[in-house]
Amino acid sequence: MGTTLAEKLWSSHLVRKGEDGAPDIIYIDLHMCHEVTSPQAFEGLRLAGRQVRRPDLTIATEDHNTPTLDIDLPIADETSRKQVHKLRENAAEFGVRIHSLGDADQGIVHVVGPQLGLTMPGMTVVCGDSHTSTHGAFGALAFGIGTSEVEHVLATQTLPLKPFKTMAINVNGTLPKGSTAKDIILAVIAKIGTGGGQGYVLEYRGDAIRALSMEARMTICNMSIEAGARAGLIAPDETTWDYVKGRPHAPEGEDWDAAVDYWRTLVTDDDAVFDTEVDLDASDLEPFITWGTNPGQGLPLSASVPNPEDFADESDRVAAANALEYMGLTPGTPFREISVDTVFLGSCTNGRIEDLRAAAAIIKGRTKADSVRMLVVPGSARVRLQAEAEGLDQVFKDFGAEWRNAGCSMCLGMNPDQLRPQERSASTSNRNFEGRQGKGGRTHLVSPLVAAATAVRGTLSSPDDLVDAPAALA
Amino acid sequence: MEKFTTHTGIGVPLRRSNVDTDQIIPAVYLKRITRTGFEDALFAAWKGDPEFVLNQPAYTHGSVLVAGPDFGTGSSREHAVWALKDYGFAVVIASRFADIFRGNSGKQGLVAAQVSQENVELLWKLLETEPGKEITVSLEDRTVTCGELTVPFEIDDYVRWRLMEGLDDIGLTLQHEEDITAFEATRAAWRPKTLPAKHLPSVEIEAARPVS
Repeated sequence: MGTTLAEKLWSSHLVRKGEDGAPDIIYIDLHMCHEVTSPQAFEGLRLAGRQVRRPDLTIATEDHNTPTLDIDLPIADETSRKQVHKLRENAAEFGVRIHSLGDADQGIVHVVGPQLGLTMPGMTVVCGDSHTSTHGAFGALAFGIGTSEVEHVLATQTLPLKPFKTMAINVNGTLPKGSTAKDIILAVIAKIGTGGGQGYVLEYRGDAIRALSMEARMTICNMSIEAGARAGLIAPDETTWDYVKGRPHAPEGEDWDAAVDYWRTLVTDDDAVFDTEVDLDASDLEPFITWGTNPGQGLPLSASVPNPEDFADESDRVAAANALEYMGLTPGTPFREISVDTVFLGSCTNGRIEDLRAAAAIIKGRTKADSVRMLVVPGSARVRLQAEAEGLDQVFKDFGAEWRNAGCSMCLGMNPDQLRPQERSASTSNRNFEGRQGKGGRTHLVSPLVAAATAVRGTLSSPDDLVDAPAALA
Repeated sequence: MEKFTTHTGIGVPLRRSNVDTDQIIPAVYLKRITRTGFEDALFAAWKGDPEFVLNQPAYTHGSVLVAGPDFGTGSSREHAVWALKDYGFAVVIASRFADIFRGNSGKQGLVAAQVSQENVELLWKLLETEPGKEITVSLEDRTVTCGELTVPFEIDDYVRWRLMEGLDDIGLTLQHEEDITAFEATRAAWRPKTLPAKHLPSVEIEAARPVS
């Protein structure tokens, strides 16, 4: 019997097979760090008198609590400033490469790794951040870890792990105009639930996935964790090598040829068997939004706020009722009538250049609804530079949006970019948890296209709702 | 890490599913660089509600949390485990745990005991009927006992052994350092390294300013 891609990645990184119920020891090819989940890990090393085993496989960026305004000034918030400085001190002490605020390679770890060409097919990638699953888009086994595991990887460049189960997510058909990778993944999560992926590595397959760009594939793999999965991945193909080739750390010459020869073997064998399979038809997929307080509480934009009484399962019913109370929504209200205060375009889910281009194409030549504040936060400083080179910054500014510096920003509101209590957002980020974007804030997760159209109309909208059909969508 | 065999303490019924790690500890508390002192941050958004279970005197000093399914979803923040431990919790009981949270718990000596939802409901009833009632969790026997009720729980064999022995993972892995070195010798030359650093030319990044 053949093996799945996830199993191939596992076996090719097996340092030692676990005996008598002990976990396997798996080698880690790339470890990314940021300021929030690493200080206690470095402190642990220091207390134990240990070094970083492979600084040459480790990289740090500042992203989670960095401001997106006035980045040339000292960070105003004292605890944030201390934490960022602690990362700088740790990087210097242990010899770890760091990209600090103001550096052209600073940005969200999951945007920076791929753009530097550090993320490649066939790797194991970890970071103390659950959205590390993003890198699975390259056919890498990539997953988030806790701080104890961060310390473990720093000290040993390995992790003790129990094998995962495998799940195929087959997405076939042609994605309709106006629907995006974000809508695919929101639909997948709504289908299997926030716990549906627990214990699994998801492999996204099918012609709808093959047709996606690398950046769109990253959006999908990014939110695997929202279905409870540790990792999500997509077998690499021409799209993948075209993206990697020529990047700063991409192999060159004979190394490149050797790498591509190897990458071609990174597929699930035809006769391999997944532990579970799930099918989704992309051809009738509408723009999706979330209405509740977990990412599984999503529905097509054309629907209405659900009635908790309609949920068969008691725990779902209670969760829906709690969510609607928190979100301030009434059952039966069409989603398109829900007014939004803030539109957030950014995050490791949708803060890459294609996302900014897609949103800019919708708003170009239009006017922002007066009632809406729009924040545009590029995923990295390079994304910002690229957008500026293309004139997208001017499109956003002319529209009335705020053009910010790179970071995680309002996705999790650790920096000053937060919602106020009861303020409602349409956000291209990944989590609509209570208080995620600011205490009492109400989040609807959306695609960049829906975010842009919503900023124009002031209510949850898709580009189809705009009066004059936007040329860019044709 | 301290060895864990059994624990007895007040049971706290938390009737919520999908308690994500943003609820356990909001991001604003993650800026600290210490490993202790997170007890004030636990369930911070709910603490203001007098009805919240931990605000009821009978449960305030609880150490065994009995929660709904899919506990610990979302962010990988280990601070969620630190906050639970710092508050005084030694055990969390639920019918389903998020993978990363479960892993983090095992590293920090917090027992994540998986009990069927049916038995979680029985425990909730007992704890609500008699607030302040104690629960005994035996890692040795893999049982949860509350009054007359004793139910089994599941936990990974290896994690259980490690918790009972109080062993630290890094030390265990470093016993196999020769295997790591041998593996490193087989890695292909094209595998990327972060050092020496390569990148596109440095460019000045203009600082965005607040709009008036």
